Amino acid sequence: MTVQLLAGQLLLGLINGSFYALLSMGLAIIFGLMNVVNFAHGAQYMIGAFTAWFLLTNFGVSYWAALVIAPLIVAAFAMILERLLLRPLANLDHLYGLLATYAIALIVEGLVRQRYGATGIPYESPIKGGVHLGFMFLPWYRLWVVVFSVATCLGTWFLIEKTRLGAYLRAANEMPSIVESFGINVPKMITLTYGFGAGLAALSGVLAAPIYQVSPSMGSNVMIVVFAIVVIGGMGSISGAIITGYLLGIVEGLTKIVYPEAANMVVFVFMAAALMWRPDGMMKSN
Amino acid sequence: MNKKLLIAALALVAALIAPVYVYPVLLMTILCFAIFASSFNLLLGYAGLLSFGHAMFFGTSAYITGWLLKSSPISLELALLGGMLVSTVMAALVGLLAIRRAGIQFAMITLAFSQFVYFVLLQAHFTGGENGMQGIPRNALFGLIDVKDSFHFYYVVLGVSALALFLFYRIVNSPFGEILRAIKDKEPRVESLGMKPEQFKYLAFILSASLAGLAGALKATVFQFATLTDASWPISGEVILMTLLGGLGTLSGPMFGAAIVVILNDELAGLGEWALIAQGVILLVVIVFFRRGFVGEIAALMAKWKKPAAKSEVQATA
Repeated sequence: MTVQLLAGQLLLGLINGSFYALLSMGLAIIFGLMNVVNFAHGAQYMIGAFTAWFLLTNFGVSYWAALVIAPLIVAAFAMILERLLLRPLANLDHLYGLLATYAIALIVEGLVRQRYGATGIPYESPIKGGVHLGFMFLPWYRLWVVVFSVATCLGTWFLIEKTRLGAYLRAANEMPSIVESFGINVPKMITLTYGFGAGLAALSGVLAAPIYQVSPSMGSNVMIVVFAIVVIGGMGSISGAIITGYLLGIVEGLTKIVYPEAANMVVFVFMAAALMWRPDGMMKSN
Repeated sequence: MNKKLLIAALALVAALIAPVYVYPVLLMTILCFAIFASSFNLLLGYAGLLSFGHAMFFGTSAYITGWLLKSSPISLELALLGGMLVSTVMAALVGLLAIRRAGIQFAMITLAFSQFVYFVLLQAHFTGGENGMQGIPRNALFGLIDVKDSFHFYYVVLGVSALALFLFYRIVNSPFGEILRAIKDKEPRVESLGMKPEQFKYLAFILSASLAGLAGALKATVFQFATLTDASWPISGEVILMTLLGGLGTLSGPMFGAAIVVILNDELAGLGEWALIAQGVILLVVIVFFRRGFVGEIAALMAKWKKPAAKSEVQATA
């Protein structure tokens, strides 16, 4: 095993882990407040990437502008979806929320594939070049992805666990009627939270566009892995989702060196192990 | 009761003469998915457990049955049983872990495990990887009866399906089925009666998986091939749609649901992604407007119809 190989796979694992962490954090936030497993999360991620590509090719909108615009567009659609579809289902068994978002994912992915085909579309990296570290070449864009995702995860964690707004969110999950009696509009908060979670997914999608190809199935492929990560981290636990996301990305990268055939299975093996040793999740929420 | 018997007799006659008018393979596909949807219905409709990974049992069983038939002169029914057995053992292992998390997480865990199984099947040598397994022979039934012709084979599939659906009927109408329904309604109360809900759920999961395995095994012998699609998550989604569309927790609902979705897929087969989009739209409409499903809504309508009729009768006698 060479240093180059090890470092290369570690970086790749860290990159994958960045997306796992961002996506599972979004899922955990939505689940924490709404008890909805957002099956459309992968589709929202994919639409984020497609929006960035669409804006660039049709209107010449740069990557940096798309990093702001695409999440806002997806969040707006997600909030409409929450008001029209998820709210009427909120008082039923939670599985209807999961199935409704699954249906949305099917429709969105199907429509995109029907319009743009199944093959991946390349998106040019906005930051070219990189730095030679002696043992490996580090492209600047990859460094940017890792730094930006860590910053976003930490920022979001701080917002929800340490600020007044976050306290309202957590309280609304526990006792919505009491939070409402303090004059806080809980339904509005739920709509905004769903929009925020979906926006995070879209942000990850834009971030992913130059690394992976933009394709209709990019969301559903990563989605199932992210589900396993959320199960390992403990449902609704934000710190659990972030830490597990990065860790399993790295574990996956290392597995590629030792036993490449098992790389796409190792996350599920970890999930089985976690269910055996820690049935309540690594970081039990509340 | 006589009315029910009459309907059952009519359905039987229709099923017996159907292959004269309709392409037998299409009919057999409907029967396979009717078993598959019933197996899913047993779990969600009666025990309240949403499995998003039922394709792992369906697909694995299809591969095992195909492999048995291809590599040995085994008789057909033993090959089917072999596929079922493997999916049952798999469910015993997966269930042990998945049952530990209740509610919505059960769906995510089963989905993750089925993806794991998908990757295993992709890399295993006997499955043929991405090419799938082709040319599965239909060996003689009991080593005696030749079933190579699809018209004849239809009656075998019909017989097996009838047996499977009868089994399903007996399970949900047994004391065990009653307890499952009680767990679905109020789990703590069942627990307070001194029973262990987890054990009943676990058993329901295993029973459901072996029925799903039977469906997959039959499918492999009907089409004479098995592919990775059989074990992929869209199939798990499709069986959810069939069950919900037909009517969750009803006996005949999943059969109707299976028939509608199979025919829909058949009609839209040449139209690219539209089959999948249509499935999404139908699922959405069912979830928002018709949660009782096709059979459930009809039963509700008939109950409404009967009530005013009964009332006017009372008035007439009074």
